[in-house]
Amino acid sequence: MIEFQVNGSAVTSERPDDKPLLWVIRDELTLKGTKFGCGIAMCGACTVHLDGTAIRSCVTPVSAAAGKSVTTIEGLDSAAGKALQEAWVEEQVPQCGYCQSGQIMQAASLLASNPSPSDDEIVTALNGNLCRCMAYTRIKKAVKSASERGA
Amino acid sequence: MAIKASRIPLSRRAFLVRSANAGLIMGLGTLLPGCSRDQADFSGGDASRTFAPTVWFEIDGQGGILVNIAKAEMGQHVGTALARVVADELGAAWDAISIKYVDTDPKWGYMVTGGSWSVFTTWTMLSQAGAAGRTVLRDAGAAMLGVDPADCTVADSAVRAGDAVVTFAEIVRNGDISRSFSEEELAAMPIKPASERRFIGKPVTAKDIPPKTRGEAVYGLDTELPDMVYAHPLIPPTRYGSTIRAIDDSAAKDIRGYLQTIEISDPSNTIQGWALAIGESFPAVMKAADAVSVDWQPGPTAEVGEADILRYGERLAADRSSGVLVVDDGDVAVARESAAQTHSGTYRTSTALHFTLEPQNALVEFKDGKCHIHAGNQWQSLIMPVLAQALEIPESDIVIHQYYLGGGFGRRLFGDQMIPAALAARELGRPVKLVFQRDDDSRFDCCRSASVQQFDASFDADGNVTGIEHAAAAGWPTLSMAPGFLADGVDGNGKFDTFSVSGGDHWYTLANHRVRALNNELAQRTFLPGWLRAVGPGWVGWGVESFMDELAEIAGKDPIEFRLEHLDASGKNAGKAPEAVGGASRLANVLRDVRDRSGWGRELPENEGMGVAVCH
Repeated sequence: MIEFQVNGSAVTSERPDDKPLLWVIRDELTLKGTKFGCGIAMCGACTVHLDGTAIRSCVTPVSAAAGKSVTTIEGLDSAAGKALQEAWVEEQVPQCGYCQSGQIMQAASLLASNPSPSDDEIVTALNGNLCRCMAYTRIKKAVKSASERGA
Repeated sequence: MAIKASRIPLSRRAFLVRSANAGLIMGLGTLLPGCSRDQADFSGGDASRTFAPTVWFEIDGQGGILVNIAKAEMGQHVGTALARVVADELGAAWDAISIKYVDTDPKWGYMVTGGSWSVFTTWTMLSQAGAAGRTVLRDAGAAMLGVDPADCTVADSAVRAGDAVVTFAEIVRNGDISRSFSEEELAAMPIKPASERRFIGKPVTAKDIPPKTRGEAVYGLDTELPDMVYAHPLIPPTRYGSTIRAIDDSAAKDIRGYLQTIEISDPSNTIQGWALAIGESFPAVMKAADAVSVDWQPGPTAEVGEADILRYGERLAADRSSGVLVVDDGDVAVARESAAQTHSGTYRTSTALHFTLEPQNALVEFKDGKCHIHAGNQWQSLIMPVLAQALEIPESDIVIHQYYLGGGFGRRLFGDQMIPAALAARELGRPVKLVFQRDDDSRFDCCRSASVQQFDASFDADGNVTGIEHAAAAGWPTLSMAPGFLADGVDGNGKFDTFSVSGGDHWYTLANHRVRALNNELAQRTFLPGWLRAVGPGWVGWGVESFMDELAEIAGKDPIEFRLEHLDASGKNAGKAPEAVGGASRLANVLRDVRDRSGWGRELPENEGMGVAVCH
């Protein structure tokens, strides 16, 4: 049995230790905001925070979360997270929206460590988050805008 | 977990007229005891009443307006676009509008989302529905205020006459909203002039964006049902003709949560040579799919590769006797014979995957004699008859429930992934959730075909282009999936897939112009060619425009001037109302505007250049 926290609440998983965290989040905890895109950490749709840092939950075994704190899009309540979500609506970022939870989680992780990223730093940090609809220009704009409002 | 996005509103009304083609005929609102004209306080009334004069929207007693969207939301914000049409005509407050993506009830009519058709094809219908609603609300509101309807304005979900105001909510609760319209009356509904629109053409916040930023938007992959099992596809080496010789799942038996592997036998023949690994969790079936060993007899095209398909296309394109005529103006052969100079170009594109970020998936449950399918889809009316054939049940026993699409791009025009899930759900007697991994999704795509185009141009002695022959060869999605939509050749011989040659019938005036659409049969036999975005423009436009540049170079002309010379809006390129007013002259205007505003021809820094291509 593995014990950890998700969005501030204590949870346990009795699944095999090698079960990817993504499926514990989605199917045991039924938090569906975190998405399955590629299963090999190449698209970023499954991005969550593990102790505040963005990780790809599709390749992270649930055992890696033992004793740690996981934050998903549903529990993103940091100032930076809120600012990002507001900027996302203001800039009308999402198209199909499937990658957007991952994009926002990745951006929140960036702003937590670097509150005023340059354009290049934004691109570097979000480079691994694919948007098949090509919302990249608006994503960059929204991250910039969230950082400028002092998130 | 309950299915979040498939709740049926409690207020769905039995009296709604079921109109299979358009849903245009107005139903009767329930007739309640009338209200006194003297009534000044409208706060009371029957809060459970709703006003649903057409199937397309419904106003509740609190003023909430639910707009039914029979189109797929895949990033184009179509729900917002269509709700704006209704809201503008109705005189609604935008904040009162919510949208619902509907299931495959026949009352919605033909269901397809693609080709950039959604607004174009529903504009009139939704405008008239909104206008009809406005008329009823205005008249009922005027009666409540004791004024002449002609003195009323309708906006912000309220009817006003001078200082007197009555809201839509108050009218729905208290007013006489019973009214029916004939189709003729509906067609004559006064549609607002553009100057009175408040939403259409103005910036509006898309309704689907807030839930998409909070992780609350429900996609097909997010649906669950009690007691469901997961299924993982075991996909054969070819789309067609592979058969299973043996399945050995002994190595999967120890995987916790693995249940069994089943073979799929599909009477519609859409799914050939498939098996599904079944288990209690998705990680279990992922592991099982790796452990299960399937021995296939590969189909006849197992050794066909991309280069073979391109070579096949090249041979077709080079054979001037082949293909179906899409354009045949003048006589390209005569132009060629009398040419002072000729020039040819061949353009090839490779097979392209859709790669929707949400992998293919479907959740299917048989319940109360109906097959319920939960999956995001763009063309329900295409897959419904195939499902009926596969399941050997009538279409009326099948319901597809709609969700957000994690990317469409044309992949979800064909719901073939629903078939194995449905067959398995029936066989197992449990809801089945089929989920593809990325590699399965790529291998079982209905990809956009590789293409080959050959262009042959003739010039006269003065360097003027006298003719172009254009051959476009590819696998044709419409031939495999919707042959009824093939178009007739211009000489009456043969049929062709308009999607696979669109842009070949461009706006450039050419005295001698022939376009041949060629079906690459090898591609057709090897995989299921699909629609990707607008299909043809992805390669046809590129070929046409690149070749125009080549011709301009040979003619020694500026590429924009060369294009403008051919955009003379003469003959068939003069355009026609309502969709192509001005014809080629509009494209020419755009090109001139772009030329002027881009500073075309100006001095540029080293290693920089400017190029031009038009798309229409």
